[in-house]
Amino acid sequence: MSSKRLNFCWGVKKLKPADIIHLAETELDAHRSYKYRINVCCSSGCIPFGALKVLKAFEEAVKEFGVQKECKVARTGCIGTCSVGPAVMVEPGDYLYQSVTPEKARQIVRDHVVLGLPVKEMLYGNKAYFEKQHRLVMKNAGKIDPYRIEDYIAAGGYSALVKCLLRMSPKEVIDEVWLSGLRGRGGAGFKTGQKWTFVARAHRSPKYIVANLDEGDPGVFANRTLAEADPHAIIEGMLIAAYATEANKGYIYIRAEYPLAVETLKKALDRARAMNLVGQNILETNFSFDIELRLGAGAFVAGEETAILASVEGNRANPRPRPPYPAASGLWKSPTLIDNVETLANIPQIISHGGLWFSKIGSPTCTGTKCFSLTGKVKNPGLIEIPMGITLREVIFDIGGGPPDNKKFKAVLVGGPSGGCLPETMLDLPIDYESLTKAGAIMGSGGIVVIDEDSCMVDTAKFFIDFCVDESCGKCTPCRVGLHKIQETYTRIMDGEGKPEDLDFLRSISSYIQDASLCGLGQTAPNPVLTTLRYFGKEYNEHIVDKKCVAGKCSFKHQVKEDEL
Amino acid sequence: MPSNSKPKLATLWLSGCSGCHMSLLDNDEALLDLAKNIQLVYGPLVDTKAFPENVDITLIEGAVANYEQAAFLKEVRKHSKILIALGDCAVTGNVPALRNTIKDSANAVLQRAFVENSDKQPLIPTDVPKLLRKVYPLHEVVKVDHYIPGCPPPAGNIAYVLTELLAGKIPIMENKSKYG
Amino acid sequence: MTTKTVSLKIDGHDISVQEGTSILEAAIENGIDIPHLCFLEGLTKTGACRLCLVELKGQAKLFASCSTPVSDGMEVITDSVKLKEYRKKTIQLLLSERTHVCSVCVANKNCELQALADKLGVDHVAYEREWTGEKVDSSHPFLVIDRNRCILCTRCVRVCDEVEGVHALDLKLRGKDSQIIVDFDDSWANSTSCTSCRKCAKVCPVGAIYVEGEPLSQTKDRNIANFVLSRRKK
Repeated sequence: MSSKRLNFCWGVKKLKPADIIHLAETELDAHRSYKYRINVCCSSGCIPFGALKVLKAFEEAVKEFGVQKECKVARTGCIGTCSVGPAVMVEPGDYLYQSVTPEKARQIVRDHVVLGLPVKEMLYGNKAYFEKQHRLVMKNAGKIDPYRIEDYIAAGGYSALVKCLLRMSPKEVIDEVWLSGLRGRGGAGFKTGQKWTFVARAHRSPKYIVANLDEGDPGVFANRTLAEADPHAIIEGMLIAAYATEANKGYIYIRAEYPLAVETLKKALDRARAMNLVGQNILETNFSFDIELRLGAGAFVAGEETAILASVEGNRANPRPRPPYPAASGLWKSPTLIDNVETLANIPQIISHGGLWFSKIGSPTCTGTKCFSLTGKVKNPGLIEIPMGITLREVIFDIGGGPPDNKKFKAVLVGGPSGGCLPETMLDLPIDYESLTKAGAIMGSGGIVVIDEDSCMVDTAKFFIDFCVDESCGKCTPCRVGLHKIQETYTRIMDGEGKPEDLDFLRSISSYIQDASLCGLGQTAPNPVLTTLRYFGKEYNEHIVDKKCVAGKCSFKHQVKEDEL
Repeated sequence: MPSNSKPKLATLWLSGCSGCHMSLLDNDEALLDLAKNIQLVYGPLVDTKAFPENVDITLIEGAVANYEQAAFLKEVRKHSKILIALGDCAVTGNVPALRNTIKDSANAVLQRAFVENSDKQPLIPTDVPKLLRKVYPLHEVVKVDHYIPGCPPPAGNIAYVLTELLAGKIPIMENKSKYG
Repeated sequence: MTTKTVSLKIDGHDISVQEGTSILEAAIENGIDIPHLCFLEGLTKTGACRLCLVELKGQAKLFASCSTPVSDGMEVITDSVKLKEYRKKTIQLLLSERTHVCSVCVANKNCELQALADKLGVDHVAYEREWTGEKVDSSHPFLVIDRNRCILCTRCVRVCDEVEGVHALDLKLRGKDSQIIVDFDDSWANSTSCTSCRKCAKVCPVGAIYVEGEPLSQTKDRNIANFVLSRRKK
């Protein structure tokens, strides 16, 4: 049966649990009928490099050489090597081709598919990039076609939901999540099992679930990539969460600046709804749960859990004080579960393989894996997924390959604009919530930006403060005015008007902002200031006393005030 | 106490309305007690030409609006052990600093005062001290040890701060910090 | 509805109040003063100004007392050295944010910000002050908004929405650029939704919204929201 007809058939029929298993088998058979499968990454990272043209070239080449029956060309999500796009993976054997062009596509089909000779000079040579990674959440990324629900089902998708519906009580589902030790991937690291318990215990209806996909940090694209590559994992995670907490309605809150992710999720939801996986009486059981997309206008603060609620309700995305926590009073004052999409995408596998299995991945206090956008001055930037507990050094040097052009490593910013800048001496720090917090950084939503000797740490800290000043919602005084005062102080220091007492001022106002701010934005915004002061105090002194910037970034152009007074 | 061993007090009048000095004088008979414990060495109330050295306490009224004042204030700081910002102009900039809200205020205020509002011979005089780009409160120019806000500061607050300082204590400004 | 009583300690004083009361309300009821600005009886609690922060024994975090409900056995500390320092900082930041010149302000001597600065001993503002030159909107027949004096407590927005039920006022932009706006950032005279009820001027803690020609001591009415809402219940 051609896959098109298969789509049609399954689309009209109301699926029952057993049909999922059946569909998976049929689909796998279809997959097996191909000798080769060419996965062309068409995520937001590779499309600008021309991935869509490459995809077309592959399809044409396959026709040209008459190998349509042996070779399947699939449009997939992120393969992970974002710096050498378009990336193309040929199965079996996981041959990863880098920087593929339409011409090269033809050559790959001719040599690899027709002649069976992989084109060695085009292969991605860096084995180490994948060696230390552990693909769990991203296991389907780059392997399945995100637009085809059948691909996801063939890869074992929705079997966890079936398992829940048929064989597990809501309480057993939560117990399994508890056992897994999974913690929120949005940054704070709250125990997911705990959160679910709170919502499950709230005996009020309706209950809501909000999946947080408002990834606002500059240079972070882990959640976007996940949604583009494997949207059904998020949807299935939400469904299981809804089953466990007895929720009635779900929202995926996604920023409108992610058009491809929005489109992918929209299509995925439509397909899932058509196949009786979302909506009323899912898989002909008593369980009903509908999911809606909500587009955000792209404010960084809208990722904060109470701000997201305001935004979903249609209000200005301002955070509000907690308590009451969303689990007690969230959307429209009803109990609401808010989870990051990466957290939710972990759920199907926890249910399929068991919490115990999951708890053995990563480190004892922080189980599982974490997706990071590895960017900045590294040879191999890209989207990586690592087991919790491996060190920053392994990530930056083994996976990332260290700074290019023989430059010296200077610092790494972990956790986005409100993360911390850690120096070389901290590189053996294991990546887990507690260690990072202790060092002054945060897990955040998963950004690792590597900084080399060309960057000035004062300038770097100011960059992130500028970002937070722009993104502060303006509700509470410490964040609105305090951050602005920090920004002014930096401007002065970089203009050569710094005073020695500025350092004490920065320290004291930073800890005030951390303690007194209303929400996470303000509470973490001073992190880059405090960590650069802590680890790179020497550079500040050079700026203030010697009016010198080793990296040559700061102008020290005196303002008028200096001339006057 | 012989007068030469008594702590030296100076007062200074920058860009302000002299209201703070009036408020100081409003201490009425309390001034007599104060006079017993200090010697007034400089200020609008005394006929001394140059700012003396080794002044113990200097009370300064008014904001810093021109280069001359800024330079003088820095001199005064060098010769004063304790420097007190007296009144809102000295503490916050207050009314003189309202010109900070307009663009290129140094020129704009001169234009307004001497050209736009002049009936005859509109002309910006050349002997006006050069205005600063902005009007500053004292502590943005020099280090200030104590502040007595108010427009004017209540006479009692001035007396309180001076008494405490003369007794070697640090004044506590809770409920004594009313601006305006 | 049965009302449960909750017992707690505020600064060592044993207190019992009704369940659901906030720490700040419990303190006010019992004559304990916690400085606050954005809180107003009857309006939604936003926890925005951060003046009413308190420490709770056994918790590292600080809590906004206006929005945190009391619970049994809670031990609240309202005046630690740290809290006093933070409150002073908050007041200084508010004073430095815009053009706050008390001597020429309509609210002089009727201003909650001014009174708090006095009470907390904020004898100067350590931060460089902004001298904003926002245009004053006096287009309305008698209501005036001077955004240079606004501290963004949003009492006016809330009273307009929650008590008057009009929502003529709201915020635009974000961060330090935030401003109170009338309708869709129109001049007040052109507002089609404003009912000219003056509640905004009555609750404004500073001199940002006032009634032209009327002494502020006469306009201001801290109790207006509570009064209207309690009458409505009957």
